Amino acid sequence: MKKWWLMASLLLVGASAWAAKEMSVQVRDGQLRNRASFLGAVVANVAYGDRVTVCAEQAGWCEVTTAAGARGWIHSSALTPKRVVLASGASDAQVGASGAEVALAGKGFSKEVEAEYKKQNRELDYTWVDWMGQQTLTAEQLVQFLKQGGLAQ
Amino acid sequence: MKSAFCKKLGSALVVGSLVLAAGCETVNQITAAAADVAAATGAITPEQAESTKRVSTAVTKTFQDITPEQEYYIGRTVAATVLTQHKPLPAEKLNAYLNQVGQSLAQFSERPETFGGYHFLALDSAEINAFAAPGGLILVTRGLLDCCQTEDELAAVLAHEIGHVEKQHGLRAIRTGRLNSALTILAVEAGKNLGGEQLAEVTKAFDESINDITTTLMNSGYSRKLEYEADAAAVGILRRAGYQSGALVAMLENMAKNWDSSRHDFAATHPAPADRIAQLQKLGVASTKASAPARQQRFLAATQGQ
Repeated sequence: MKKWWLMASLLLVGASAWAAKEMSVQVRDGQLRNRASFLGAVVANVAYGDRVTVCAEQAGWCEVTTAAGARGWIHSSALTPKRVVLASGASDAQVGASGAEVALAGKGFSKEVEAEYKKQNRELDYTWVDWMGQQTLTAEQLVQFLKQGGLAQ
Repeated sequence: MKSAFCKKLGSALVVGSLVLAAGCETVNQITAAAADVAAATGAITPEQAESTKRVSTAVTKTFQDITPEQEYYIGRTVAATVLTQHKPLPAEKLNAYLNQVGQSLAQFSERPETFGGYHFLALDSAEINAFAAPGGLILVTRGLLDCCQTEDELAAVLAHEIGHVEKQHGLRAIRTGRLNSALTILAVEAGKNLGGEQLAEVTKAFDESINDITTTLMNSGYSRKLEYEADAAAVGILRRAGYQSGALVAMLENMAKNWDSSRHDFAATHPAPADRIAQLQKLGVASTKASAPARQQRFLAATQGQ
């Protein structure tokens, strides 16, 4: 009888592990949409490092749920199977997994390294680079632009 | 005190020389061995050694192991470096339009999401040139924009540059050895804030990586294979977005008229337009000047008088 319970539990754990594919958001700002397209309406926002559970996949898009209970579609290029460790100066224990499993936010080539590089290369001016980064059209603006030009919708 | 310091220094040298001596394939095992040596001699604790060994699998990886966040920071400095050679064109209407067309196109690429997104800027230069910095910062000269007579042709130019970002051609220009050194430091120092020496070392690797990319973008150019790959990616992006893919051929025909192989611009870094057209014809892409009236109207409104 005990064995039965053990088998059933193992099967249950196995099934839930298979069903719940955990991914992390690897872009600074991400959006969940109501369908598998950039033309779909934005239903929720996600941020770098957020963990999501993938429930379905379709032509490069993943339907995910967040810890906060939001559900929607996001392009797979915004997700990584790695766990994103956000805390700067996190303990070694927290990042003890392999590099294949963990992405260290703010490590390696980072804001800190950019600042150091800038000190050594004073001719570099990031004013226009920063300006470029601010030029972001909303989903609605892009849909409107495509529609006005008779492009894919 | 002195002997402890010497012991640590000796261990660090052993670790360093072992890692430096290693080839790409063997560096992973060497890093693990080096971690053991360092732990045995007291340079790092056994726990740190274990952590290093576990994380060291990252060392053997290539450009693909650069996270999108790191790619973003590389791209920012590549763009800033390009801007030391070419002044921006502060034309509000034109730049807004480039971002409308470019960001629309990026959604139809195979890699629509990058860490900081795709952004576009015109450069005030008569050269025929464009630069796609890793992560999606794309700079296009006035000279290249002048090769475009329709929105579809402009879209073709931007889609080609998005193709370079999608395929991570910029990151591929970084020599493998540079990544190994940076990722080794990252692996060893994983959980900590970088100390002065480590920060200097990672910044050096950053500097070398930026040099590799900007030299390729501005002087040597990508291989023909990668240029044709970007053209093929552009065709896919244009088609999915609803633009005329033949506009890429039409734009190249315009470019051919202004092509001067002695010039230090696209002529130095790209295959000749005729060669690119021949490759596109193999993909079944034929020249077309067609564009929808609504697109032509907004194209002229944004580009005329700039």
